Amino acid sequence: MSKFTDKNGRPIIAITGVGVVSSLGRGKKDNWDKLTSGVSGIHKITRFPQDHLRTTIAGTVDFMTAPEEGSAALTYTLAEAAAIEAIDEAGISTSDFGGQLFLAAPPVELEWQHRFQLNAEGAELTPSVQSYDRLLLAAKSSKHPSFSASVKFAATARRLQDRIGSRGLPVTLSTACASGATAIQTGVEALRRGETDRAIAIGTDGSVTAEALIRFSLLSALSTQNDEPEKASKPFSKDRDGFIMAEGAGALVLETLEAATARGAKILGIMEGCGECADDFHRTRSKPDGSPAIAAVLAALDDAGVTPDEIDYINAHGTSTPENDKMECMSLTSIFGHRLGGTPISSNKSMIGHTLTAAGAIEAVFSLLTIRNGVLPPTINYLNPDPALEVDAVPNEKRDADVKRVLSNSFGFGGQNACLVIGREPA
Amino acid sequence: MNEQNMDGRDVVITGIGMVSALGVGAQQNWDNFSSGAAPVFDSEKFSPYTVHPLPEIDWAEQISRRDQRQMEAWQRIGTYTAGLALDDAGLKDSLEFTSTMDMIVAAAGGERDVDVDTMILAEASKGETDTSIIVNEKLTTELRPTLFLAQLSNLLAGNISIVHKVTGSSRTFMGEEGAGISAVRTAAARIRSGQSTHALVGASFNAEHPDMLLGYEIEHHLKRDGWTSVWQREDSDGGGLITGSGGTFLVLESRSHAEARGARIYATLESVEADQGKSDQTATAERLSGISSATKLANASYIISAASGAKQRTEIEKEFLNSSLKAVPVRGVASAVGHMREVQFPFAIALAALSLHHEKPIEQMDSRFEVAISQKPERVGVLSLGYEDAEGAAFLTPANGGKA
Repeated sequence: MSKFTDKNGRPIIAITGVGVVSSLGRGKKDNWDKLTSGVSGIHKITRFPQDHLRTTIAGTVDFMTAPEEGSAALTYTLAEAAAIEAIDEAGISTSDFGGQLFLAAPPVELEWQHRFQLNAEGAELTPSVQSYDRLLLAAKSSKHPSFSASVKFAATARRLQDRIGSRGLPVTLSTACASGATAIQTGVEALRRGETDRAIAIGTDGSVTAEALIRFSLLSALSTQNDEPEKASKPFSKDRDGFIMAEGAGALVLETLEAATARGAKILGIMEGCGECADDFHRTRSKPDGSPAIAAVLAALDDAGVTPDEIDYINAHGTSTPENDKMECMSLTSIFGHRLGGTPISSNKSMIGHTLTAAGAIEAVFSLLTIRNGVLPPTINYLNPDPALEVDAVPNEKRDADVKRVLSNSFGFGGQNACLVIGREPA
Repeated sequence: MNEQNMDGRDVVITGIGMVSALGVGAQQNWDNFSSGAAPVFDSEKFSPYTVHPLPEIDWAEQISRRDQRQMEAWQRIGTYTAGLALDDAGLKDSLEFTSTMDMIVAAAGGERDVDVDTMILAEASKGETDTSIIVNEKLTTELRPTLFLAQLSNLLAGNISIVHKVTGSSRTFMGEEGAGISAVRTAAARIRSGQSTHALVGASFNAEHPDMLLGYEIEHHLKRDGWTSVWQREDSDGGGLITGSGGTFLVLESRSHAEARGARIYATLESVEADQGKSDQTATAERLSGISSATKLANASYIISAASGAKQRTEIEKEFLNSSLKAVPVRGVASAVGHMREVQFPFAIALAALSLHHEKPIEQMDSRFEVAISQKPERVGVLSLGYEDAEGAAFLTPANGGKA
């Protein structure tokens, strides 16, 4: 075991740069200041009309692109901003990154504005033809290159590759709300295999559209506490009633400790372990005994070679849905013991909402900042604790703490469970 | 570790599930491809576009009726095909193995509800109401609540977990052909390095949906004047793509894992390489040279190409094959079953494995570009250029790795 390999003889993976955008702002400083001050980024939606909608609030990012540019453009722009911040911090060229790209991005779909445009063009061609035949006719009669990012799932990664100069074939992945963590895990594995000396893992999501909101709404997944948007996301509270859709991006530059040290890079932290386990119980609900989530946490601890008592803080998935918070607390209790053995746990989502595909990456960035700043960001809106969830949720106000190691959880629809263990840089 | 060829960690293929216009299951597909069966396609249903349709399938063989109702067509195709692969590997309902099995699925998104979209477009055409408000109203009242899950990319993997109890891990890669390439490459690399012992990897695609055709026609990728082989599409009306419905799933294992459970081994997956970069001919040819030498394609008895038929990319591929791999015969299998997007690469890998297993080549489909093969294949190469992006190559040898 050299100083560059872990207990299993594998290369240690260093984090050398991170970047973030959320509804709280652009960049680490803005986000961290607000996150530790208990500021909420959740607000009334202005991007589209709210008529007929049950939920009218979200953590949209409204300061990066114009609304008419659509979600594919915003998803790219968020990823680019986070990536550039991370690569810049790592001291690597932002146009010649030279490592592989692992991107967690939301599925794409032709946007409604595109369908309406094709429908109008088609109506002029042959008014009698309706529906998709008309759209196809309009598409056939003239090219629509500006729509292509919305129909090609590889488009965002391709554009990012061209922008930052990543090497090889980028991997774009989706494990629903665990995607950001899975991107990091997939990158860590490639580094451990020695396929590349450096990688960038990005989670991005700019997909708050009316249709996306309605889809989650129809599954009764969203909060409908519209009156006071900043108070609607209340993880671990008794009156929590669903998550708040949100947007953002997080990016992490990952390198083997050996390669990072060799080039004299500043080591910000260590990606010590990753674990996952799939759930076969139901498309949206977890197995009642929590065994897959438990297995994912244990796999991450095992991969990192640490025991539960070596975890100083848990960055919760904490969506503020009745189901998630209950299952997460139950699963963690079975590992960490009563009141999680005193281990504090808080949910960034109480302030930034659920950034879906980006969440795992954004929360990994915040986990690293927690270690580096020695400050636990609070769970805000924790005014009516759920007595069934016995946790130290770092209620409402930040807390100073010496944090050497964080467990960050991500759980998603489709039985996706992925957990990360992030540790302090070696002395 | 990855550069060493550690025998126990050789990646072998022990299960194959396939569905295409040429049949259901590995055996039917192999029989048709090895005997030179005529391509099956339909140029009427979506005229002027041609599609290779899904064959008749009894879904209940793999998926309960209750679960079928939770899936759109591409998820059904994928879940069904994954079941075939597990059956073929002798792992179906074997919880000991499925609960520790890793899974990588290459997927896009599901099909939209055409009726609901039609309603919205018709209402919008009247020009009386703000289109955004029409969207809100119609989607809120008309969408089937669970349709979202039937459309969601990672829910093909989710359904495979639920139906077939594959729960070791579950990752979904997105991005057309490149996703299929990365899925196979990552699953194999994880096994080769000891990060995994057995994995289910694959994809599915439903071409017979107007929304799927629309995605391609946005940039004029679809061929509009009937069927020709993938190598003869440079003068087509429109683009060069003819899409096809189907799926492929593979069970990959480390050799030691497969041998320990006495599994039948089809072939050894020696290497998989991938790349992507600038789209001009020179840069693309350079990358093709790179992945082709890394996988030793020149040593192959023949190459199974997943060429899409896309005009520019397939011309680049033909030029590369003609100049750099002149001596190696090639078979463009999408001629017979169509472009199946994420399925392209896994499908070609499956045929390569079957070819080695049966010690027979795939029959010619286009004698103008494909030369006859008289000897039994000892080593089979796979090459895939995505219709716009991504390149992948693989090299397969017989079950024993070609070592006597």
